[in-house]
Amino acid sequence: MATRQTRTLARLMMAPAVVLLLVWMIVPLSMTLWYSFENYNLLNPANRSFAGLLNYQFFYTDPAFWQSIANTLILVVGVLLITVIGGILLAILLNQPIFGQGIVRILVISPFFVMPPVAALVWKNMIMHPGYGVAADIARFVGVEPVDWFAQYPLLSIVIIVAWQWLPFATLILLTALQSLDSEQEEAAEMDGANVVQRFWHLTLPHLARAITVVILIQTIFLLAVYAEILVTTNGGPGYASTNLAFLIYRTALLSYDVGGASAGGVIAVILANILALFLMRAVGRNLD
Amino acid sequence: MKLHPILVGACSAMAFVGAARAETVTIATVNNGDMIRMQKLTDDFTAKNPDIELEWVTLEENVLRERVTTDIATQGGQYDVVTIGNYEVPIWAKQSWLEPLTGLPAEYDVDDLLPAIRGGLSVDDTLYAAPFYGESAMIMYRTDLIEKAGLEMPDEPSWEFIGEAARAMTDRDNDISGICLRGKAGWGENMAFLTAMANSFGARWFDENWQPQFDTPEWKEAVQFYVELMNDAGPSGASSNGFNENLTLFQQGKCGMWMDATVAASFVTDPEDSTVAENVDFALFPDAGTGNHGNWLWSWNLAIPATSDAKDAAKAFVAWATSKDYTALVAENEGWAAAPPGTRTSLYENPEYQEAASFAEPTLAAMNAADITKPSVQPVPYTGGQFVAIPEFQSLGTTVGQLFSAALAGQMSVDDALAQAQQVATREMKRGGYN
Amino acid sequence: MARTVSTRHKAIATVAAWFIALLIFFPILYTVVTSFKTEPEAIAGISLIPSGTFENYVEVQAQRDYFKPFMNSVIVSLGSTLIALVIAVPAAWSMAFSPTKRTKDILMWMLSTKMLPAVGVLVPIYLIFRDTGLLDTRLGLTVVLTLVNLPIVVWMLYTYFREIPGEILEAARMDGASLMNEIIHVLTPMALPGIASTMLLNIILAWNESFWTIRLTAAQAAPLTAFIASFSSPQGLFWAKLSAASTLAIAPILIMGWFSQRQLVRGLTFGAVK
Repeated sequence: MATRQTRTLARLMMAPAVVLLLVWMIVPLSMTLWYSFENYNLLNPANRSFAGLLNYQFFYTDPAFWQSIANTLILVVGVLLITVIGGILLAILLNQPIFGQGIVRILVISPFFVMPPVAALVWKNMIMHPGYGVAADIARFVGVEPVDWFAQYPLLSIVIIVAWQWLPFATLILLTALQSLDSEQEEAAEMDGANVVQRFWHLTLPHLARAITVVILIQTIFLLAVYAEILVTTNGGPGYASTNLAFLIYRTALLSYDVGGASAGGVIAVILANILALFLMRAVGRNLD
Repeated sequence: MKLHPILVGACSAMAFVGAARAETVTIATVNNGDMIRMQKLTDDFTAKNPDIELEWVTLEENVLRERVTTDIATQGGQYDVVTIGNYEVPIWAKQSWLEPLTGLPAEYDVDDLLPAIRGGLSVDDTLYAAPFYGESAMIMYRTDLIEKAGLEMPDEPSWEFIGEAARAMTDRDNDISGICLRGKAGWGENMAFLTAMANSFGARWFDENWQPQFDTPEWKEAVQFYVELMNDAGPSGASSNGFNENLTLFQQGKCGMWMDATVAASFVTDPEDSTVAENVDFALFPDAGTGNHGNWLWSWNLAIPATSDAKDAAKAFVAWATSKDYTALVAENEGWAAAPPGTRTSLYENPEYQEAASFAEPTLAAMNAADITKPSVQPVPYTGGQFVAIPEFQSLGTTVGQLFSAALAGQMSVDDALAQAQQVATREMKRGGYN
Repeated sequence: MARTVSTRHKAIATVAAWFIALLIFFPILYTVVTSFKTEPEAIAGISLIPSGTFENYVEVQAQRDYFKPFMNSVIVSLGSTLIALVIAVPAAWSMAFSPTKRTKDILMWMLSTKMLPAVGVLVPIYLIFRDTGLLDTRLGLTVVLTLVNLPIVVWMLYTYFREIPGEILEAARMDGASLMNEIIHVLTPMALPGIASTMLLNIILAWNESFWTIRLTAAQAAPLTAFIASFSSPQGLFWAKLSAASTLAIAPILIMGWFSQRQLVRGLTFGAVK
């Protein structure tokens, strides 16, 4: 009886969010799509004209294009691996009875509260700087040549910084999931003679599957968009070694001021992101029931 | 009854706003030492102009450039005064984005501006921006270290001599590098230096038909020389060093020589920050027998966007900040050595300045040696010394800078870097419709 | 016997946990320590004992007023969070309790709106803001941050609401409770922890958003992310001063995070717990 009414009500309640997001998506997206077919450079506005597929052609023939896609994937996968594996280990550790649990937890989640440019500046100057950074000080102390992180391992350095920012998030979610694990089940498994590894593999990990899925999904969305850390530290180099897709678009938009090219890049990024999302949903989506 | 005091308060607040209807001038500026000092001295301006209120947007150089360019190109109208380089001024003036600075008061004395600087800020003899400070590039070197190496710095050294001296001054055991140069990628970082260096080797970015020239022997010689020199006599991690890093290295006594912007001279001779202030001397930017000393010329300038709705107030501020009186004000508060350099002839004729600033004479010599209309000994279709004054240069220069930075870091050979630079530049020129 | 093992176990776990926690926290700690050093000390090599100078903070404040960007950050992140909640709570509620075949798709679509790279749409948004007079206003920034974070808010609330057993609602309906009553007396108390942690997470995300907050503001609405941009890479390495500015920019949200840690954790599951 009430079903029709509630359904209408439900639609009405959903409407503001859906409509707002539709507008927020469609207006910029259609403008972007439009610009992507135009010769439009901010610094030369008189020269605006229809460009056909030229912007797309220029964007994907950019010498940095393929490498930027590879770098994007390495960055996303690398950070996911570190945060998920590290997060699981850390969550298990923090789930043990320890002294000062509250403080430990506060310390571990703190990097999540640091804004990306600050995180990048701190790592670049204070930690990884080849001359005055803490890492260089330690290297010299033990008598090895300090590593010039951003020149020798540019992408790895970015992965480390971004992983540092997201490890707390993964740890928190996995810890919460771990706390809901039935301890009786675990004890029963222990009685049956299952060792630590077996218990982890057959009991803990399946229980965490859903939480891991959530971590992967949320982080992927944010990791695809990483650019501030790159801008502050390596500027995409040396060469194109740390240029990802988001940074390549950034460079096209705010260094070349090539609105047409950046728009084409934006459209390509959306398509790739959606392919990745589809793939992700196939691979892990079933965990979300 | 209870509402009464609030109402009165609100009314008086409104009355106050109405009475003191000050014109607000929003100033976008860069966070370097001279600009920060200017902000601190603005009481002088507001005292003289009580009806003008100043709002500051201070940002680091790259973010500033990005913000200001976006706003001016989209006619956003957020700023009344912008701080821009002599790279942007001619490009923007041609788009009619800048208000011409005509009708400046007589006491401003436009003719006092250094001709090279003034020329870079004018289009068709109309001034579009007022220079706040200007710089060229020169060699800063340690007199004690060069003496120890048994050498003597000539007034106009050649690259050959620099190479020899740098290797002789290097003392790895004491953590002293013979030479510190920029290696961090960026059109305003390593490419500023490398473009000037290539100029002095007789290279050019483009020929008269806008064909990129990275495949020429001049570029090869210049970049090869740079990479080998830095490998032999440069500090470790040089590919991450920009102006800031090298300044600190030099101040801490870890460099024998440093070639960079003349503005650094006041920092390395300041005993408060520099441990080597006593032992610094200067020489002209080297050449390779071409008589060309790089032609580095940069100025930070104040300009008024055409979209500003407070142009007169903005002009009053620009005139104040770049006036002789402002220079005198700085001198009064912080001493003559702190006066913004490189914009006015009168400053270099001032005996007090000459005495306080040991770098005054070499700075002026370097600035006079720079000619941005003839950056290379070969003919070019562009202007600009350590940059090429075309809109595409920011992006192109940064990409090429990345390649050369990779060559310095040893991740790429010099030949590969040059070949890729040629390819990228050709592509970018085609994209820009040059050929 | 069992007890000694567990004490030893606890001791080992404690040492390991503290070691890792301090390692993770070290960059933040070192920033705060450096902010109390003099500039030469800051680059003189590793040392955890500063000379205790407040000079850097004084200089930072003299160079740029901290209060205005701080207030802007507070207003914009709180404002955008509240608006997002007002829009998202009903949407998530209806998705959780009257799901249709397409609910999942709608959720996924909402998340996918976050995949358009911000910088790719900067010019369109800038033009719209110019024409509507929203440039450099707190209102404009609030609107953008609301929209940017709305998908995450909806999703978090949805997964949380879904954990609320439907039978309770049924029972309330049987008792003849009106919709209003149902929401106020039954749903809200159960949903509050989820809403609280969603709110906290969103405040953090809004506070730290550093693309739009810098690009759409000038003198009036600039928050702390822009404050930081006025201290990074000046002429020379002023790490102590930069550290002081960094500490000022992250301290408020860090302290808020510490105090509300429990509330944040309770709902920060995205339905990850069954």
